[in-house]
Amino acid sequence: MKNDPLPAISRRHALKGLISGAAGAAAVPAIAATNHTEPAPPAHPSRFVFHDPDFMGALKFPWEKLLSAEELATTLALADLILPKDETSPAASEVGVPEFINEWVSADYPAHQEDRETIRGGIGWLNTESFKRFSGRFEELGVDQQSQIVDDICGAAKVKPEHHVGAVFFKRFRQLCVGGYYSHSQTWKSLGYVGNISLGGPFPGVLPEVIEKLGLQDVV
Amino acid sequence: MPVLTERKTQPQYDVIVVGSGAGGGMAAMILALNGVKVLMIEAGRNYEPVKETPMFHTPEMAPLRGAATPDRPFGFYDSNIGGWQVAGEPYTNKQGTEGDFWWWRARMLGGRTNHWGRISLRFGEFDFKPKSRDGLGVDWPMNYEDMAPWYDRVEQLIGVYGENDGIANAPNSSPGVLMPPPKPRVGELLAKKSGRKIGVPVVAAHRAVLSQPMDWKNLPKVLFPNNPKAQEILGKDMMSRAACFWATNCIRGCSIRANFQSTTVLLPPALATGNLDIITDAMVREVVMDDSGKATGVHYIDKVTRRDAIAKARVVILAASTCETSRILLNSKARDKAGLANSSGQVGRNLMDSVGTRLGAHIPAMEDLPPMNEDGAGGLHTYVPWWLVHDHAKLGFARGYHIEMGGGRQMPEAKSFGYLDSTSPGVYGRKLKDEARRYYGAQFGFSGRGEMLPNKDCYSELDPNVVDQWGIPVLRFHWKWSDHEIKQAEHMQQTFAAMIEGMGGKAKPLSGADAIQRPGEIIHEVGTARMGDKAAESVTNQYCQTWDVKNLFLMDGSVLPSNPDKNPTLTILALAWRSSEWLMEEMKRGNV
Repeated sequence: MKNDPLPAISRRHALKGLISGAAGAAAVPAIAATNHTEPAPPAHPSRFVFHDPDFMGALKFPWEKLLSAEELATTLALADLILPKDETSPAASEVGVPEFINEWVSADYPAHQEDRETIRGGIGWLNTESFKRFSGRFEELGVDQQSQIVDDICGAAKVKPEHHVGAVFFKRFRQLCVGGYYSHSQTWKSLGYVGNISLGGPFPGVLPEVIEKLGLQDVV
Repeated sequence: MPVLTERKTQPQYDVIVVGSGAGGGMAAMILALNGVKVLMIEAGRNYEPVKETPMFHTPEMAPLRGAATPDRPFGFYDSNIGGWQVAGEPYTNKQGTEGDFWWWRARMLGGRTNHWGRISLRFGEFDFKPKSRDGLGVDWPMNYEDMAPWYDRVEQLIGVYGENDGIANAPNSSPGVLMPPPKPRVGELLAKKSGRKIGVPVVAAHRAVLSQPMDWKNLPKVLFPNNPKAQEILGKDMMSRAACFWATNCIRGCSIRANFQSTTVLLPPALATGNLDIITDAMVREVVMDDSGKATGVHYIDKVTRRDAIAKARVVILAASTCETSRILLNSKARDKAGLANSSGQVGRNLMDSVGTRLGAHIPAMEDLPPMNEDGAGGLHTYVPWWLVHDHAKLGFARGYHIEMGGGRQMPEAKSFGYLDSTSPGVYGRKLKDEARRYYGAQFGFSGRGEMLPNKDCYSELDPNVVDQWGIPVLRFHWKWSDHEIKQAEHMQQTFAAMIEGMGGKAKPLSGADAIQRPGEIIHEVGTARMGDKAAESVTNQYCQTWDVKNLFLMDGSVLPSNPDKNPTLTILALAWRSSEWLMEEMKRGNV
């Protein structure tokens, strides 16, 4: 908890995490009826960042970030292997993807708790495999060696049973990696998203060459 | 500043309005513009969209890159404070229900008008007389012709884009009322082309977004002909609303006031009159009555101090949102254990949501197109009105649906790239970026919003065992879809699949039972205190006045006797305006 700016919130949400699972009924006091809906969350401080964010202030991540320095190093190496720098766009690590994945697996919601197990377990699996084959942690290997391991779990070829855990991890990791990458505005131009700017006058509509290409002249 | 930060109300008002959303905001504005002294009581906090809206914020500025979470189900930048779960304010579902009802609440000034989709469709002639047409449900106590002028007025006041298409039961607005719609996006044009092949009409959507500046010189005179003060206030206010600049999703709210929110369109002119006080963070517990059977005010909990308080007025208007309004009635038991204004026994009954299903797909024709800015009006530009209104005998379900659509080059978000699992399994490195560029913007989907029939198994009542953190008994819901809704959901899926196939995509439609979304999930819940023309069968008359208590009015979705597929906000606004004018006449006549 040493970096946690809001320890009281963190504790309250740790408690919420404990009671929102199988023992959900405990979240409602003894007056709870049978067959109630999901329990209401505990009363947050009024401007809790996920309940009533102050959009004009600093939006602090409210939970302790769980990945260790070593786990983050492996995350960074794999993220940059999946989305390396190219001529028009940065590497994953240049737009905060490792930090995003750390936030993602540290958030105290059930879906994120599942991802936490998948990602942390997968990072462990990756380093075990890395030691077995090349006697080093994944992030210490060259790109060729990293690719040899990833080729076995990425799903391009049939995955061997002994690589199954790695493959489940890789699929989820790639999803998070891509989501974290393209949700950063620095990647949008390269992707082809050109919005989020104000335009004067009427909305321009579809480019004439696209109307022509798709044969849409009669529905414009 | 009439937002009462000192938390002290005046000793007596002309009218108390409970709630600040579409119905409450409209009632308060119309009354205040006419010199009526109004106190508005809002259960949530004060909210100022001009100062608080994260217009151009990008995902990396938010925790979890702005992704949807259980606390913020429409994404981090959604303006709503509240949701299907509100801290300290639970609700329950009754044993034996066939589906848990999800109850959406907004706890903020302006209520859910800050978040809504701005889709503004008039109910049509058949919608007001459904029972006369198919024998099901109940008729409204008025006709479309009674409501048409009020729809015109609301559309002119708030600004709605759209076109008149002359489609049966999808009424035209009077000439000059609608603003021009924005041009369609590429996916919407492909949908229009696909629809032509199968007889599904894709036309301009109707949404409460200013596609051009308001006619602030003339509209106030048209809307408030004999009221110079109202004209002056509205003129200034309309002049200061900017036209849409074709960026940012409307659910964030709008700091330039281009779309409709109660907080940007209704409350500023209402406050400018000096006739409106607003107290926020005040949760109404019950209506207070005198011995003669008249309402004298409301009893509320001041959430800031946790103190009980009473506010007094000559008239009480509840516009707390459909279920919250009937909850207040059921909790007001001074005179009758069944609750206030409930001699008909209809309070809490006839709860309806919209039928919702959705289906999307990858559309190869949209791959690899040159980059285009498709942000547009922050919501859909085209939609499909119900086009089979004369075919119900052979369809096997009684009521219709409209189709909403979206996709293409929207702002990329953390959860936008799931399609790469199917388009590009096993790919990583530079090639993955090429694939992301190729397939980004090639997703398109449809969602249906259909009319459900009221039925005896869909209702809310007080839970005898549970109270919220303010000690107020909570609602308990019970739900059951009928075959009409399930078959309608099935028809939606088949139509969406045909539309997708016509666009060149591959569709995987679900069965109606699998596709239908949860009760309450569409957030169009209405009913529970329906209007009618007989006191024995309804809670209010056509002017939202309760039959039992002459100075008690309900001006939100609770009074709707049916829930046509057209999203209810525009009709709530029109009803509230019409009813407020009638209320003022009754006050002048001394009847209230």
